[in-house]
Amino acid sequence: MSQVTMTVNGKEMSGDAEGRTLLSQFLRETLGLTGTHVGCDTSQCGACVVHVDGVAVKACTMLAMEAEGSSVDTIEGQAAPDGTLNALQQAFQDHHGLQCGFCTPGMIMSAADLLKKNPQPTEAEVRHHLEGNICRCTGYHNIVKAILAASGQDVSSIAAE
Amino acid sequence: MPKDSGIGASPKRREDVRFLSGTGNYTDDIQVNGQAYVHFLRSDIAHAKINGINLDAASAMPGVIKIFTGADFEGVGGIPCGWQVTDRHGEPMQEPAHPVLAQGKVRYVGDQIAAVVAETLEQARDAAEAIEVDLEELPAVVDMKAALADGATKVHDDLTSNLCYDWGFVEENKPAVDAAFEAAAHVTTLELRNNRLVANPMEPRVAIGDFNRATGDSTLYTTSQNPHVIRLLMGAFVLGIPEHKLRVVAPDVGGGFGTKIFHYAEEAFCTFAAKALNRAVKWTSTRSEAFISDAHGRDHVTKIELALDADNNFTALRTDTYANMGAYLSTFAPSVPTWLHGTLMAGNYRTPLIYVNVKAVFTNTVPVDAYRGAGRPEATFQLERVVDKAARELGVDPIALRRQNFITEFPYATPVAVEYDTGDYHGTMDALENMADLSGFEARRKASEARGKLRGFGVNCYIEACGIAPSNLVGQLGARAGLYESATVRVNATGGLVVMTGSHSHGQGHETSFPQVIAEMIGIDESMVEIVHGDTANTPMGMGTYGSRSLAVGGSAMVRATEKIIAKAKKIAAHLMEAADADIELKDGAFSVAGTDKSVAWGDVTLAAYVPHNYPLEDIEPGLEETAFYDPANFTYPSGAYACEVEVDPDTGKVTIEAFNAADDFGNIVNPMIVDGQVHGGIGQGIGQALLENAAYDENGQLLSASYMDYAMPRASDVPFYGVDHSSQTPCTHNPLGVKGCGEAGAIGSPPAVINAVVDALRSGGHDIHHIDMPVSPSRVWQAMNG
Repeated sequence: MSQVTMTVNGKEMSGDAEGRTLLSQFLRETLGLTGTHVGCDTSQCGACVVHVDGVAVKACTMLAMEAEGSSVDTIEGQAAPDGTLNALQQAFQDHHGLQCGFCTPGMIMSAADLLKKNPQPTEAEVRHHLEGNICRCTGYHNIVKAILAASGQDVSSIAAE
Repeated sequence: MPKDSGIGASPKRREDVRFLSGTGNYTDDIQVNGQAYVHFLRSDIAHAKINGINLDAASAMPGVIKIFTGADFEGVGGIPCGWQVTDRHGEPMQEPAHPVLAQGKVRYVGDQIAAVVAETLEQARDAAEAIEVDLEELPAVVDMKAALADGATKVHDDLTSNLCYDWGFVEENKPAVDAAFEAAAHVTTLELRNNRLVANPMEPRVAIGDFNRATGDSTLYTTSQNPHVIRLLMGAFVLGIPEHKLRVVAPDVGGGFGTKIFHYAEEAFCTFAAKALNRAVKWTSTRSEAFISDAHGRDHVTKIELALDADNNFTALRTDTYANMGAYLSTFAPSVPTWLHGTLMAGNYRTPLIYVNVKAVFTNTVPVDAYRGAGRPEATFQLERVVDKAARELGVDPIALRRQNFITEFPYATPVAVEYDTGDYHGTMDALENMADLSGFEARRKASEARGKLRGFGVNCYIEACGIAPSNLVGQLGARAGLYESATVRVNATGGLVVMTGSHSHGQGHETSFPQVIAEMIGIDESMVEIVHGDTANTPMGMGTYGSRSLAVGGSAMVRATEKIIAKAKKIAAHLMEAADADIELKDGAFSVAGTDKSVAWGDVTLAAYVPHNYPLEDIEPGLEETAFYDPANFTYPSGAYACEVEVDPDTGKVTIEAFNAADDFGNIVNPMIVDGQVHGGIGQGIGQALLENAAYDENGQLLSASYMDYAMPRASDVPFYGVDHSSQTPCTHNPLGVKGCGEAGAIGSPPAVINAVVDALRSGGHDIHHIDMPVSPSRVWQAMNG
């Protein structure tokens, strides 16, 4: 066991980790930030996407120790301190972009990364970007619509949510 | 003008806020003080005799608390099956024992051999590596027809064969059906497979057992669609714990799709071990583990025949299906290929004579049970494929042939035991034709051809029996449970309400939609209503959520309880206004006396119920809380028409979905946004089944597609935006809301549309192809085109 320290959602946090402890596991079990979800063990589902030093990362593909000294942003840090949802979160609610909610943290973190790099993506670009995020509930319809809406595009011609 | 509250409105979902901000409470988020962790050692061989298990080295590993094997469960009950099917000769199905941990033999890759409980999960996993198991490999039974051959290796040595049951439905109709085929002007025959699927809710299963030695109470936290069912099955049949000493909690659950209905061995193990060790025991499935331990779905091999007269009227239907049960009977497995499948074979059509034969077969594979639609997608797929094939053979338009044979008068008693109350199949087909722009198809096909692609259009209809169902009926059919639902409505002194429902929400949005109903009934704001579900300690005994039953059955129970509340509140209001009970009207959250300007607010009445100073104590009790159990009179019968447009790349065989439109009739709709979302999700899963997904076993019983590296889940880039239309509404006649189930329709209605479209595309390219089995992967399509 070694102590690992990182800045999570703007706050310095420390905990013990084995060499084999994954960042996803460290966030959930050691730091108690259970918003980051684990939906697979082959780095396919994307439920665990977080941002490490501003870059979207599947937290199951990284050891906790690799994040030593890094700045990590998780779903818990996305809303304003008073709980007000950010624009992307709000678009997901407005357009029914989630059902069971399990893939949602990864979807939000992944979509935030897309919009940072590509503020006005096309539908095809959104769908391509989400290839690493699996949702079983929505058929993706309202997720794609919500992301397009969050980018400021008019989604009124897309079938109702 | 759309409503902004009550029935028919689409308020934003209140549960979304916690899910979007990372503050949901899923089972794996729960940490019980002092919890230990269990790792299951699972068989990597499909069929083997257990000659011995040596735990010496493993038990000495760091952190190990105890290692359990089948021997620790001698005298403990097995995992029960909740449905007994009677075969065509009147005999009960063969029902094997299903121990919590394997005893004597392992019967599928994934079968639990031992359970290591340790201080940490890593220690439990490390120790499992050190267990020495002496397995004597036996021939694996994988193919269903081979499993039924004379001399086949038996999965269960104490059963007479691998045949679970041979079911005929309706047996007495068989001679008449056979005679109709003899007399037919045309017979269309199709053999097909409904591919085995893995449900794959994004949240893997989790179970935490806890035990309080001081009180003797056990608690199970589990990822379940029906915590009361788990409490009953596990308490009464496996561990012998009475309900009042066992609490089952299913908090936020990350999707179910059927596979979280069933009672699993891991739940019983964690509850058992917590008591044995006097500390909480937690199990979290990995995804790879889920592939070999969650009940699978579908896996039917079918021959279907349709008889038509000279005017193209359907005269008879005959099917012969082999249904894979896997190695053990999962909770509702026997009901899926029988009562949830045979009863649907009439579909939307006036076929007067139907005979269904189903042989359920044990194999050395993961148990198979209900997956979204459960039997109804299997019925719809074969029926809608054979109708399409018949249309092509006869040279008639597939839509016209369907329309010609539609049921148009309701109620309609089918020859397969169910009675449809309402429907308008021409109405949904009209809506579909409007959406799908049929007249523009030839131009789109030409445009595709100009780009070197083949384009196809496929249509199909579906009927579903859901909202399962009258208890006395399902009891006659073999269910070992009642299928009512419950609700307790508790009104607080200041007027807010809490509804404690036996339904369970794992993505369906009950916390938002159920309050809409109460708000409409009382005329108060939805924010005054809170929904509690998922905990046996604070909800009445209820059967949970599956089979598209929550609103039709659970919502009806809530309506009945609320009606009792309103009746009592009217008596209080009558007393307060010194009027007769019969003169009291409730509107917009206020009680008034008919024909007067006297009025008293909802909150004044609720306060009087709890502060009964001026109160008719001689007539009624204080307080305002009512419970109702609702047992439906019939299933509900949603129906619809779906259309898919595909492009096929003739060079690679790759199929892309260019358009998908769905017109459904769900009767009255409480929350259109949520209903649309349910259809979207079902279509996504149906496209997944048609194009991508396949749980493939090799001849040795190894699951070849046992992770997301090999099992192709649909991704965002595999699907288009969908068109949905719910304007055709024929309300259900027998539940108080007039609603029909909407949860499974998308998954039932979409696979045949995709395959019909692919066949249409290939035929337009000159390929004489009538069928390709799902999933229509590029290699299968290419092979079909290139012989």
